[in-house]
Amino acid sequence: MAAPHRGGGVRLDPPGPAPEGLGRFGEFGGRFVPETLVAALEQLEAEFRKAWYSEDFRAELGGLLASYAGRPTPLTECHNLSELFGIRVLLKREDLTHTGSHKINNVLGQALLAKRMGKQKVIAETGAGQHGVATATAAALFGLECKVFMGAVDVERQALNVWRMRLLGAEVVPVTSGSGTLKDAINDAMRDWVASVEDTYYCIGSVVGPHPYPWIVREFQRVVGDEAREQARAVLGGDPDFVVACVGGGSNAMGTFAGFLNTKSRLIGVEAAGLGLESGQHGASLSRGVPGILHGARSQYLQDEEGQILEAHSISAGLDYPGVGPEHASLSADGRAEYVSATDEEALAGFKLLSITEGIVPALEPAHAVGWLARDAGKMIPKGSSVVLTMSGRGDKDAQQVSELLDLSKD
Amino acid sequence: MNLESHLRAQRDRERRLLVPYITGGINDDWLATIEEVAARGADAIEIGIPFSDPIMDGPVIQAASQQALLRGATPYGVVAELAALDIDVPLVVMTYYNPVHHFGHVRFAEALASAGVDGAIVPDLPVDEIDEWADAATNAGIETVLLAAPTTTDERLATICERSHGFVYGIALLGVTGERESVSSEALQMGTRLKNATDKPVLLGLGISNPKQAREASGAADGVIVGSALVRRLLEGASPREAGDFVATLRAGLDEGV
Repeated sequence: MAAPHRGGGVRLDPPGPAPEGLGRFGEFGGRFVPETLVAALEQLEAEFRKAWYSEDFRAELGGLLASYAGRPTPLTECHNLSELFGIRVLLKREDLTHTGSHKINNVLGQALLAKRMGKQKVIAETGAGQHGVATATAAALFGLECKVFMGAVDVERQALNVWRMRLLGAEVVPVTSGSGTLKDAINDAMRDWVASVEDTYYCIGSVVGPHPYPWIVREFQRVVGDEAREQARAVLGGDPDFVVACVGGGSNAMGTFAGFLNTKSRLIGVEAAGLGLESGQHGASLSRGVPGILHGARSQYLQDEEGQILEAHSISAGLDYPGVGPEHASLSADGRAEYVSATDEEALAGFKLLSITEGIVPALEPAHAVGWLARDAGKMIPKGSSVVLTMSGRGDKDAQQVSELLDLSKD
Repeated sequence: MNLESHLRAQRDRERRLLVPYITGGINDDWLATIEEVAARGADAIEIGIPFSDPIMDGPVIQAASQQALLRGATPYGVVAELAALDIDVPLVVMTYYNPVHHFGHVRFAEALASAGVDGAIVPDLPVDEIDEWADAATNAGIETVLLAAPTTTDERLATICERSHGFVYGIALLGVTGERESVSSEALQMGTRLKNATDKPVLLGLGISNPKQAREASGAADGVIVGSALVRRLLEGASPREAGDFVATLRAGLDEGV
């Protein structure tokens, strides 16, 4: 269990299973990239493998996660919400980490890799800005030059995070190509990397991209699930009936699920249903996508009948992505995890509900999971069940956007 | 037509090879442009299949791809329209992998073959992921051109040269497609490494923008691919004749030096 130990760090659980072959999770994953990037990905894989199985690296990362990121994060039992739903709800509090979301876990790991590989520059993509802020933070800490690609639409709706990144010394590059959201930010980050690959580390923020990224990011995020599992056992005396997390690219969900794959807990990922699955305006690539190749991996993507990638829609920038990590596609295909969705409206309801019942303001991304729970408590989730839900980030970044949508003076 | 034997034959008569790139469906005249370009000194023509997320492409070809999609171009439609061409040089399509995967490998390869296409370049399908496509392509008689990059190790370079058909595409710089001020030092190194590794035709592409650069880069290989410089002219409204005029200047540069 990832608990503080005498050295003041977090002790990380042993590494999880590596993907098969060239990054395969079942029929998904792989390394579909321009030849220019292959050598860098091979080098990264070798370096990660060496680091992740070394006690020194794990101790160094464990130390940072404790002293800098504030781990372990608590598992908070929500008595008011539990009473309201008739189910026992426990929140894994990634919102309490430094920088305000689970993104910091992955970024600290990758920053250590960048340092080991002698790279002086890092680039990153960001949707909601949480990964961008986390990367800018780690870059400041380690003295790395940092450039963050962010869709122009997201720059607009996440202005606070843009300012934070700049404050931290990062350059923010607004991306106007395509739909101007996360998908396009990844495109431009990859285009930049093709040119800068010799001296630049690409710090991907989710369990997406070419091998070895989905594996690396899952391993750096599994601390969320490993902690939550042991904490839930201490509280519940066993494993929870359900483990729930929101899914955009899917890093907080994959990190959470990784800790519970070997338990009997049912794993539920909540995708963004946007304006409704039937509207075509959503980000539900597992519910409505088909297999395809984007950003270096075979996974499920929203695409038209000609194989052109479609624009996603979600109220939350972090879920506004027409794809999903390949390991989720595999877990969905073999039925080990189930994927449901919540609309923009349900997410807003979840945002408000958690604030008012528990005094916890969620980010719009995990607000989807709360909104879904509010809808399905007593249905898919029977009364009396226990649920661990990953609160992947806090809602400060969304306050301005939501304040324009929710008029509180009337209540 | 066989792409590789055609290019070898041209090379054997001491001709420096020129492969212009045109985005399929970019404008109303795109088929006429291909015919004009073929008649004005191209040794083969590369047709870009428009895709929503072209990660190897810089702003010019991104814009061309977007313009084609907005005109209603589709991968299947572009390929089918190529069947109507009346030209004497081979055709090679450049497509990202998703449209191929979406169509189905066999179906896509057969669609190319029945449209008279000779080769395919799939820039996000590196040699270690290529088997399924390569089998389908070979069965349909489509030659798959592989790319080598300045970052490619010698060991991979040998595999790429062995498994590439038609020609070997040497990526002439670290970056995406687009015009550049000068030929990079990587271009010349890339050409030399590939020429030392294979007897197949070696073409350099990316950043080769004008007759002078074409002449310089082709000195280290068998020829060049010119994309963004031509596509930019088409985006600016160049007629088939004007596109042909530009290709003719490239041809002259390659033949005589500038």
